[in-house]
Amino acid sequence: MSGNMNLTLKVWRQKDGKSQGKIVDYQVKGISPDMSFLEMFDVLNEDLIKKGETPISFDHDCREGICGMCSMHINGRPHGPKTGITTCQLHMRSFKDGDTIVVEPWRASAFPVVKDLVVDRSAFDRIIQAGGYISVNTGEAPDANAIPIPKKYADEAFDAATCIGCGACVAACKNASAMLFVSAKVSQLALLPQGDAERKQRVESMVDQMNEEGFGACTNTGACSAECPKEISQVNIARLNREYISAKLTSDNI
Amino acid sequence: MNWFLKTFSGSIGRKLLMALTGLFLCTFLIVHLIGNFQLLKQDGGEAFNFYAKFMTSNPIIKTTSYLLYSSIVLHIIVAILITLQNKKSRPQGYVVSKNKSSWASRNMGILGTFILVFIVVHMKDFWAEYHFEDLPMYQLKDGSMVKDLYLEVFGAFKNIYYVGLYVFCMGAVGYHLWHGFESGFQTLGLNHKKYTPWIQSSGKAFSVLIAAAFAFIPLYIYFIA
Ligand code: HEM
Ligand code: SF4
Ligand code: FES
Repeated sequence: MSGNMNLTLKVWRQKDGKSQGKIVDYQVKGISPDMSFLEMFDVLNEDLIKKGETPISFDHDCREGICGMCSMHINGRPHGPKTGITTCQLHMRSFKDGDTIVVEPWRASAFPVVKDLVVDRSAFDRIIQAGGYISVNTGEAPDANAIPIPKKYADEAFDAATCIGCGACVAACKNASAMLFVSAKVSQLALLPQGDAERKQRVESMVDQMNEEGFGACTNTGACSAECPKEISQVNIARLNREYISAKLTSDNI
Repeated sequence: MNWFLKTFSGSIGRKLLMALTGLFLCTFLIVHLIGNFQLLKQDGGEAFNFYAKFMTSNPIIKTTSYLLYSSIVLHIIVAILITLQNKKSRPQGYVVSKNKSSWASRNMGILGTFILVFIVVHMKDFWAEYHFEDLPMYQLKDGSMVKDLYLEVFGAFKNIYYVGLYVFCMGAVGYHLWHGFESGFQTLGLNHKKYTPWIQSSGKAFSVLIAAAFAFIPLYIYFIA
């Protein structure tokens, strides 16, 4: 697959977490508008390898919008100029021949740069480990409809559960706040009877962990929802606040 | 106590304090505005001076005013703590950033700082003068003598720099509330399709009306009265 788009890329290069990074300019030629943004990076990296230079490190895995790995801050926006998609779902037809594209890593103290565009998002894993689960005895799978759940709640929980943990919300937020992510992970369980038993403990532990990781406080700017590839709504953040307030008022943790 | 301190030193707890104090300050703005409107009565100061006396002597109002002062102080302290933490959370910014959020929501700290400067100037010129300085006296209709705050305020509102600062800072108040009003409810966890659209539109209306009404008074006195 080749085409006739020529682009100037300005990419953040950083050797490792301890080095100073900088923006480096690259020319990429013969790009097809049907390529994905990551495929364009593959073309650039092959060029670099042929020239004996170090290819640009970037995270990616599924390349179909479900794993959340492809963190790139493109022309000032997480996952680029379109809404409701990840970087791997962004196509080069969203750009014009001759464009200059600036690509940076997510910026947050809780997401340190590992190399080039790769950041360490294990802070999110630790938040999930703090309480983003339900404790069940393993054994046979329970009957699907043993616990009736009204469709409205099932739908809302499902919407929250579409969060892929990409971190675009943190990247977009001027405070590098993780409230949208945490609110989605708290909501998906708070809305369901299965999540009810541990709901107070869960929200307290997850919020504590979120604070400990050094994410900022939420100013309700709404930039997170605007950039979230799964369009997780602000309603979840209000629910997180409610869950937190009521847990603080009634839980046994002193 | 441990849980208490932990709650209010965490990000959601701090935001809760911001929302509660902020929304309480909104109600204060309404009361303050009603008082300011007494300046528009061309009665030589009777209505305004009467109001000033009432506000500084009525026990319920005096008690509320302590709640008000502590709210302002708490709002400011927590604002500083939150803003510092938020800066620390993003030590390195982006080379290019096209943030999809309103300007007011991104600049609450700057807008708040303008309001703070205003509050300090305002307290020095009117509150401190009224409480600690010898001002010309005014005799109210009920015969009692009070310091003539009306004269003091009227004098200030004939100074173009003062009027300029006042109007500018009211703009900051308006922008602060343009975002702050609805944000406060979201922080309290109140977001529902039944009433959130209503909170949002009344927040916008409130911020514009409050800023315009406060700014109108010095402009009226400077240019017309
Ligand atoms: C008339 C005075 C004031 C009123 C009515 C007011 C009202 C509010 C309201 C309603 C909020 C929203 C709270 C939330 O998002 O939950 C807010 C936020 C804020 N206020 Fe004020 N405020 C006032 C003065 C100040 C001052 C003097 C400062 C700073 C020195 C300040 C700094 C802030 C900051 C930084 C926020 C945003 C906090 C955040 O969400 O990160 N405010 N204010
Ligand atoms: S809430 Fe949205 S932006 Fe944030 S991690 Fe989940 S999917 Fe990504
Ligand atoms: S690579 Fe999996 S979401 Fe983009």
